[in-house]
Amino acid sequence: MGTARFTGRFWLAAGIVAAVLLFGLVAPLVFRGHQVGAVVGGLYDHPSSRAWLGTDNLGHDVFTNLMYGTRTSLVIGLVAGAIATGIGVVLGTLAGYRGGAVEEGLMGFTNVILAIPSIVVLVLISIALGTRSTVTLAVVLAVTSWPWTARAVRAQAASVRAREHLDVARLSGAGTASLICYDVVPYMLSYICMAFVLQVSGAVLNEAALSMLGLGPSGGVSLGIMLHWALAWESVRTGAWWAFVPPTVLLTLLAFALLMLQSSLDEVFNPRLRRYRRRRTAAPPVALPDERPVAEGAAE
Amino acid sequence: MNLPRYLGRKAAWYLGALLVAILLNFLLPRLIPGNPVDTIVSSMSRGGVEGSQLRAIHAHYVHEFGLDKPLWQQFVLYLGHLAHGDLGVSFAQSPATVQDLIGQALPWSIALQLPAILIGWLVGNGLGAVAAYRGGWLDRGAFLGSLFTSSMPYYCVAILLLYLLAVVVPVLPPSGGYSFGNTPELSPAFVSDALTHYWLPFLSLVVVFVGGQAVGMRSMAVYELGSDYVNYDRGLGLRDRTIVRYIFRNAMLPQVTGLALSIGTLVGGALITEIVFSYPGVGTLLFTAISQNDYPVVTGLTLLIAVAVLVANFCVEVAYGVIDPRIRAANRGER
Repeated sequence: MGTARFTGRFWLAAGIVAAVLLFGLVAPLVFRGHQVGAVVGGLYDHPSSRAWLGTDNLGHDVFTNLMYGTRTSLVIGLVAGAIATGIGVVLGTLAGYRGGAVEEGLMGFTNVILAIPSIVVLVLISIALGTRSTVTLAVVLAVTSWPWTARAVRAQAASVRAREHLDVARLSGAGTASLICYDVVPYMLSYICMAFVLQVSGAVLNEAALSMLGLGPSGGVSLGIMLHWALAWESVRTGAWWAFVPPTVLLTLLAFALLMLQSSLDEVFNPRLRRYRRRRTAAPPVALPDERPVAEGAAE
Repeated sequence: MNLPRYLGRKAAWYLGALLVAILLNFLLPRLIPGNPVDTIVSSMSRGGVEGSQLRAIHAHYVHEFGLDKPLWQQFVLYLGHLAHGDLGVSFAQSPATVQDLIGQALPWSIALQLPAILIGWLVGNGLGAVAAYRGGWLDRGAFLGSLFTSSMPYYCVAILLLYLLAVVVPVLPPSGGYSFGNTPELSPAFVSDALTHYWLPFLSLVVVFVGGQAVGMRSMAVYELGSDYVNYDRGLGLRDRTIVRYIFRNAMLPQVTGLALSIGTLVGGALITEIVFSYPGVGTLLFTAISQNDYPVVTGLTLLIAVAVLVANFCVEVAYGVIDPRIRAANRGER
């Protein structure tokens, strides 16, 4: 137990994520002198002591945009990730645990949503909405991204359902709600945790993709919107690297760190994937700490 | 048990899903505030067209798209058109039909993505299997490298490649599917021109795809490496090459599924790559259609993408039902 279980890869990933979070959420409070939308120069000025990362096509400071853009992207990612994971876990657990007609119905519904490519639904909803706040966009992203979580959670729940501790709990008279909350969901928490990490990275990347199509959050700046303007104003083909390299690097770092975090969490939770650790010489004690004693379940 | 019943039930589900997909394609554009025709006509009025003309155009469009009928009649009409393969007329490029526009764009997208997917799949799986088997620094390097390229957003790869290979070191053309002034035809000159424009988008897709496949294959193979049959093979003294082949085959099943599914997403898979390189495929078509409020084109593409994914999913399920006895068993209720 304790920190010894985590690999170096986990700490590296966690460190990068923490750094990006710090940059997006704390940096705007530190550099108060930098206002979004303030014009500090001309079209694509080179980086200088005044504008550390140069200026964009409207003469705005790229560093300021980067701070606030990272914040917007992170907020969208976290909100959308939380909502999507929530919907996925509720529907997936219900389907996997109940089975039968409920499962067929819910999974049919899930597969239908999954069949419609999310980017197109996103595009259509975004156009229909007209103006989109950050939170609205997060909700729209969540609504289109929950199905795969629901599918995976269903598989997990279906396998947990067959375990014996559920029979014990059922015999002791536990109701369906209590069974699901105390005997099914806790056994999937490690998985839900990883799904959340993936959902966050997916939402950040989808937001960027949507913004690059010109359908990002209105009246603000996000990493994707920075890229959209950089592409629209040909900064790539004119060699103004400061306009598109910073958001690209931040998006890549964030996506990479989140995936690495997920995969190292997977190694922690799923011992068969572990390989680089020294094998323990002595056999571990027999009692597994996360197994609930039967007596407690019987007392319900 | 009876395979036909399994297949029949799956087919019914997928037909239902298809129906819902069509329904969504029909309804979503009509949920847009006002309606598509109002949007088009109001954008024309900004272009300085006279009021009486506008009203005539409006009435003509409303009649042509059946917007004056109740919703269910519109839907029946829509289904009838679909059955004839008629996706309607584009708003923005008016005489051109949607199916013609898609027909022009689709070959570019397929020619770009099918080779990228196949080559990326082969190289990625080979890399993943070797990395898992050898272990050590090769594994760490290959794993981290492929995790990095695969987790890199594909449009970021595209932007950086475009900057490096077309601007910093201008060896490849920066945009388009062929040189300006050329017309698509089957001549050696045009094909070689199209090929030089092909490399950048192709590379940006392959890099990402190799990474993704290698990560998946590696974790499958690491899983297989710890299994009993590998230990038994080692005990028998089989050569490494033989063992790797067994592992490869066993780890293959989910990878084949992945291949089938990515071929399903072929149509809508790399929309933004095409936009970054202004490649004349489906992505660019969708992008311009969205910016011009060209709803018939948008819904035509949506439908195409949805149908491709549904068909791919269905084929995978059928193949699994035939190949994998465990799925038939689960279907019999022997979980």
